[in-house]
This record gives sequence, structure tokens and C-alpha cells, in this order.
Amino acid sequence: MQTFFIVAILALGFLITFQIAKASEYVAVLRGYERSRKQTNKINGFMLLAFLIIGLIGVYYCNEKLKGKILGEPASDHGVLVDRMLYVTLAITFLVFIITQVALFWFSYKYQESDKRKAFYFPHNNKLELIWTVIPAITLTILVGFGIFYWFKITGDAPDDAMQVEVVGKQFGWEFRYPGKDGVLGKKYFKNVNPAANNPVGQIWDDRYNHDDVFVEQEMHLVVNKPVKLVIGAKDVIHDVGLAHFRMKMDAVPGTPTTMWFTPKYTTKQMKEKTGNPDFVYEISCDQMCGKGHWSMRGTIVVETQEEFDAWLASKKPQYYVANPDKDPSVKKDSVIASAPVTGAVINR
Amino acid sequence: MSEAMNVHSGVAAAHAVHHDDHGHHEQSFISKYVFSMDHKTIGKQFLITGMVWAIIGGLFSVLFRLQLGYPDQSFPILETFFGHWAKGGQIQPEFYYGLVTMHGTVLVFFVLTAGLSGTFANLLIPLQIGARDMASPFLNMLSYWFFFIAGIVMLASIFVHTGPASGGWTMYPPLSALRQAGEGQKIGTDLWLISMALFIVSSLLGGLNYISTILNMRTKGMSMTRLPLPIWAMFFTAVLGVLSFPVLLSGAILLLFDRNLGTSFYLSDIVINGEILPNEGGSAILYQHLFWFLGHPEVYIILLPAMGMVSEILSVNSRKPIFGYMAMLGSLFAIAILAFLVWAHHMFVTGLNPFLGSVFVLLTLLIAVPSAIKVFNWLTTLWRGNIRFTPATLFAIGFVSLFISGGLTGIFLGNSTIDIHLHDTMFVVAHFHIVMGVASFFGMFAGVYHWFPKMFGRYLNNTLGYMHFWVTMIGAYLIFWPMHYQGLAGIPRRYLDKKGWVSFNQFGELDKMITVVSIIVFAVQLMFVFNFFYSIFKGRKVTTPNPWGANTLEWTTKINPGHGNWEGEIPEVHRWPYDYGKDGRDFIPQTEPVGANESKH
Repeated sequence: MQTFFIVAILALGFLITFQIAKASEYVAVLRGYERSRKQTNKINGFMLLAFLIIGLIGVYYCNEKLKGKILGEPASDHGVLVDRMLYVTLAITFLVFIITQVALFWFSYKYQESDKRKAFYFPHNNKLELIWTVIPAITLTILVGFGIFYWFKITGDAPDDAMQVEVVGKQFGWEFRYPGKDGVLGKKYFKNVNPAANNPVGQIWDDRYNHDDVFVEQEMHLVVNKPVKLVIGAKDVIHDVGLAHFRMKMDAVPGTPTTMWFTPKYTTKQMKEKTGNPDFVYEISCDQMCGKGHWSMRGTIVVETQEEFDAWLASKKPQYYVANPDKDPSVKKDSVIASAPVTGAVINR
Repeated sequence: MSEAMNVHSGVAAAHAVHHDDHGHHEQSFISKYVFSMDHKTIGKQFLITGMVWAIIGGLFSVLFRLQLGYPDQSFPILETFFGHWAKGGQIQPEFYYGLVTMHGTVLVFFVLTAGLSGTFANLLIPLQIGARDMASPFLNMLSYWFFFIAGIVMLASIFVHTGPASGGWTMYPPLSALRQAGEGQKIGTDLWLISMALFIVSSLLGGLNYISTILNMRTKGMSMTRLPLPIWAMFFTAVLGVLSFPVLLSGAILLLFDRNLGTSFYLSDIVINGEILPNEGGSAILYQHLFWFLGHPEVYIILLPAMGMVSEILSVNSRKPIFGYMAMLGSLFAIAILAFLVWAHHMFVTGLNPFLGSVFVLLTLLIAVPSAIKVFNWLTTLWRGNIRFTPATLFAIGFVSLFISGGLTGIFLGNSTIDIHLHDTMFVVAHFHIVMGVASFFGMFAGVYHWFPKMFGRYLNNTLGYMHFWVTMIGAYLIFWPMHYQGLAGIPRRYLDKKGWVSFNQFGELDKMITVVSIIVFAVQLMFVFNFFYSIFKGRKVTTPNPWGANTLEWTTKINPGHGNWEGEIPEVHRWPYDYGKDGRDFIPQTEPVGANESKH
């Protein structure tokens, strides 16, 4: 019923608009086409000016309303650079925006058709053209210079003391692997992936670097003020590790590992205080279309102090022991003997 | 007949007589309106087909805007129409992604490529250069019918059981290469690829024709530097298309191979739904290079014709020459060249080598220089003019405004440092909709309002035209301006519901507003379509061959020109097309010889 009313109202609206439009054409014919055309011209000239003024007020209003809902303080050192670049660009482009839009609508209004004026024959002027070629070129050179300088800082090599975490995207969730005490991620091979045998990322158990690697899902833990290098991959389709608060982003591509590094500046707890939001949590969003669950492919990050992190990591059992309980020193000797036949069947390729 | 097309001015008269003989016999309905080889009719076919697709693509956007604005609300009517795709009156994720993908594909390729440059290149090239038709009218007809078949295949894909392709209009593998990845990755994606292949054939046939026509068939006196700017724009558009579409074709065919023949061009190390695939050694990123090697020039394929037409319309209606004709030409040329050298700016965060990234930053921001030149030249064209605000003029002014707004946000995205944060967010959506989508649409509307009298011998209703402009202009800014803020907050594209997120859930009211406005804007476009068809039959009749007082050749034909465009000899050209307001005269047509006492410019 409601739909019917909406359709009826729309149809009526169309009909009325159309009748007005038709009538205005008849009026134009009656009153003399030229005269009514000139009147319409004045109205539209005025409307253009009004659009400029109301539009600029709208731009201001929109900013007042929404500026509190965006960005917030960048939570990583690289994020500071990104935001600085953003605001420099914003300042320059906003200036250009105002100048050109005002010129466009003001000229349109000012030079609307009038019987008193003749158009000025002005086909070209080399000096003017040179000016507005050179000025944008210089401005852009500055922006490019800053941009590339920051870009190399952000994409350069991670510092030697950076911790490593492997991030793997899959439809529709995130998996993480920590290198453990040796600081080295063990080798993996995709054909070894076998969640049923507790090998979700396809680790090669023969590689001893794998023996202390810790596997977790959905929630990543990082240490505040300690650089972290993410080694990023994907199992099925392309995903993207989007970290809005850190202003970082990198695709997760199956078959082609990618990396990015940054240093978190604030712990989750500090961010809760800074944002005044007790529910604050660092989120990982998938930013690359990956299928029907793309919009809900969410992971979280806990940034904490070194002590908290160490305690958390210590509470996790290396995946090697989860997959091969017989090798686990914490499991009692007799239970290992009980499961002795499995020993030979170490899962590898 | 086609002999007569190879106009050589010396023998033009003889051919013209020959042509008139042919004009006498009655054409059947089929050869006149369906399988027509008249460039004007083919242009109209492109336009009307484009309009049908625009309504379909626009309707899709209204549907997914409903989901974005009212994620919790149930619309039972949707279930009535779409069944299990909108179970319980709510748009399901597969349906949502199908809609988004089709909206993008349809609008970018079928409407703004075929509908825009197909229409106006066909209509304007022979008329403005002084030719009887295209170099090959037959290929021209084929071009339309390949487009038509591509459309049929795409339309069919919407009705298959598993739904249309839903991997996004960019169709990145492995998502698009793996049937296991989702419903839309089944037969829908194959149909999408086949449709695109047909579309590319259409586009190439059209493009080659436009190039050869412009280079070979100009009338006497019509040197390249006397060409009106729309023709130059169409020329560069066609060159871009001819050089870049084959690359997309190769990308699409390799993808078809990966899907159906077990090759591994794009596939490596894949475990999907617990199934380990045998493919090794492919590169998913390769497709992105192939895609964007077309994809970026495609942006300019869409934009350049609009720029050309806007230049013409602004000049005619401000009764003043276009400012800096040679600079306009040079900037078109620069844009066309740079269009090929910036594609990887779509790939800054794919793990691209950072050094390569920095080169693309430089080249990308370089493109802002010719764009700035164009904007300043348009502004100066308006300056001290005597402007008539026809609906076409208003749309042209709107185009400049949108091009400025959308172009400036491009400076954010082209800078890789900022792109790290903004990549694939709503900021990108806002940016390209303003600069490429709405701006090109404005160029297209401007063209339709301006050349409608030439197409049909009648005017569009002005009052409806003004309403159309103002609602669309205000609506476009209301929809896309605040959307930038969502992107700055980091909200990714293609998120159909943000309730599950702590960081992205603060724009509920804004999303509602955008949805309401987009429905209104869509309704007004329907009003334009009504105006269009009503005016073809009932519009006010054009009574003078040159209603806008314009210099270009199309206005020297009869009000309703027949096949062959000019009765008798093709006019000779003596000057550039922008002598408005010169020596105290309102306008001096291109056909008028240069007077002895005329001032030089």
C-alpha cells in the first residue's frame, strides 16, 4: 500500500512538472520567445551565483558536521607522515578549489547575456597561458617531492630490531603467525595446508625454524613503540590488510608475499582514553573486494606493552606441538609412548 | 556509394549529383532505422541504447543505495521482484556485489564509453569535418551491432541462476578466476568476459573508423588546426581506445583460459574452501597491469569527448572564441600521452616496487598540469563573454565545476603517500564518481541538449531541461561531497553494512541522506528520458538551420539532413571554427572566406 502511494505521488509529480513545462513553452510563444528567453537567462545567472554562495556555506557546514568523525590522531609513526602530507595537500587544493569555483560561477553570473555588452574577442594570450602552466607545475613538483620523500620513508626497509608477524588473509578472516624465540618464520608450502591436522598455514615441520612458531586467528598482538614488519599473504583470493588508525594498507596476494612495517604509537588502552570511547579497538579491514563476506572480514589488533605481550605470547603453544603432540615436552612421557605410532607420520609434503 | 564517401573536393560536385540520384529511392524501415549505415542514425542508436543501459545501471545504484542507507529496513517489494536475492526484503550480499559490479561495468563501458563517444563521434565527426559519412559505413554499423550483442550477453548474465558477475567491475583474479569463490564467479563471470570481448570488438571497429575518417575525409580547407575541439577530442579518444582496448582483450582472454582450460596465468598457491589447487607460478598482479593499462586510458576515453563538447558549447554560448585553441589541443595531446603512463597508480598498495611507485606518482601528478590548463582556459572563455544559459551551457558550466572538484581530489590519490590511507576507500568512490562519472554525464547531457535540434529537428523542453540541470547539479554534490569524509575515516569501498565495525559505524544519518538524494536524482533522470522521447515527436520545431548561431559545419546542413548530409556540394572551409565576436560581428561561420580587411588573431 505504501509503495503504491509512493508510486502514485511520483507519477503525479511527473505529471504536474510536465504540465508546467508545457505551459511555460506556450507562455514563451505568446509573450515572444526572445523576451522570455532573456528572462530565463537572468534567472539562471542568478541561480548560478546563489549556487556558489549556498554551496560554499554547505561546504563549511558539512565540514563542521563531519570533521569530528574522521581520521583522529594517527596511531603510528608512518601515520603522522601520511596525515601531514594529507593536510598539506588539502590546504593547497582547497585554495585552488575556492579560486577556480568562485571564478567559474562569478564569471558566469557577471558576464551573462546583456544587450549592452559585446563579447570580448580574446582567442589567446601567451603570457597568461605560460603563467597557468608554470604555477601548477611548480606546486605539483613540491607535492611530488614531499610525497616521494615520505613514500620512501614508509616503504623503505624495516629496522633490524623490528618484530615480524605473518598475516594471512582467507575468505573471510585473518590468520597470524609469530616467529617465536628464534625470531625467524619457518618455511611453508601451500600444499601442506591442512587445518584438520592442525596445520592451517602449511608449515613444513622439517624446518626447525617452524618449531617455535605460534599461530593465532582473528586477533593480532603488537608491542607499543616497537617497529613491526608484517609479512602478508593470502590463501585464496586477493585481500588487503587495511589499518585505518595506523594509516597503513597493503594487499594480500596469493602466491606473492608482500610486506609493510610501522611502529604503533599508542596502546589500545591509551587509544580508549584518547578517543573517549571505552569500546575502542584497532581493526583490520579487508580493503580489496574478496567475495560475499568482504564487508565483514574483520580482524582486531591489541597494542600492548612489552611485558603484556611477552605474557600473552608465552601463554600460546607453538603450532608444532599442537600438530605433533608427541614432540611436546610439556606432554607427559607415557602419553607420548601411547601415541608412538604417529611419530613417524610427521606431516610434510 | 562508398566511393562517393571518399570525398575529393575536386570531384565532390560530380559525386554529389551521383549521391542525389541514390537519395531518391525509398529506404525500407529496416535499412533506415535498424541496419542503418547512416552515421547520424547509428549515433542515435548508440545514444538510445546507452540511455536504456543508463536507466538499468542507475536503477542498480538506487537498489544498493537502499541497502547502504537503510541496512536494517526490510523492503518486501524487493523480494517480490528479486526472490531469494532479496530474502526477507533485504538485499543479500551476493546480490549486493552483483549490483555493484553491474553498475560499474554498465556505466563505465556501455553508457559512458559506447553511449557517450559512440553517440557523438558518430554524429559529429562527419558533420563537423564536412564528410558525407564515415570512412566505412558498414564497419560503423557492425560496431553498433557488436555493442548491441555485447549488451544482450551482459543482460543475459543478470538472469542466470547463479547471478551476474560479482567480482567488482575490475574483475580481479583469483576471485574472478575461481568458480569456488562464490556464486557470481560461476557462469556470470564467463558471460561478463564474453560480453566484454564483444564490446572491445565494437569499440575497435568504431575507433578505427573515427581515426581514418578524421584523417582522410575532411572537406577542402579543413586543415587539422581548423578542426572544432570535439573532433580533436574524439580523435584522441579513438587513438586511446585502439591502443589500449586490445590489452584488456588479452587480459580477459587469459582469464577465460584460467577459468576454463586450467592454465595458471594469474593463479598460484591457492587453497580455497579447503581445496588445494594445483596451479603454481602465475601472478595475480599481472592481470591488474593488463587491466589498468586499459583501465586508466579508459577514464580519458570517457572524459575527453565530454571535454571537447564542453569547449565547443562554452565558446558558442559565451559568443566568444575558445581561449587558447592551441593550448587546448596541446593539453588534449598531453593527456592522451600521459594516460598511458600512469596506470600503476591504481596499484600502489599491491606490493609494487616502491621505486616504480614513485615514478608513477610523478607521472600521475604531471597530468594535473594539462588538466589545469584546460580549466583556466574554460574560465577565460567565460570571462567577458556574453553568456546565454541554454541547458547545454549550464551542463557545460556544471562539468567544469565537477571537473575541478573531482580533479583536485585526484591529487590526493595520485600521491602514493596519501593513497596508502585512501586507497580503496569511499574517498576513491567519491573522487571518480565526480570527475569521471558525473562530469562525463554532464558533458553528455550538454551534448544532447546542444545537438538535439540537429538530431531530430526539434528542441528539448527548456523548462524540464533547467529542472534537470539544477536537481542533478545540487544532487551530485550532495551525494558525493560528504562521501569524501567517509573515505577519510578509512571506510573501505563495497561494504554493505558497517554495523559490525567500531571504526566505521558513525555515518548512519549521512548514508540515509545520500540514499534519499540519489533516489531523487534518479527520478529526475527519468524525467529527462521522458523529455527526450516526448520531444522527438512533440518538441518545438526548429525553424532556422543554425539555431545557436554557431560557426561549425553541421549547422550548414538542412534542418533534417538526409543520408549524405549536404545536398549538392560539401561546403568549403576558410577559417577556424571559433570566430565569435570578431570585428564586431556576432559570429562568422567557417564557410565564409577571410575578408580583405579582417583583423588577424
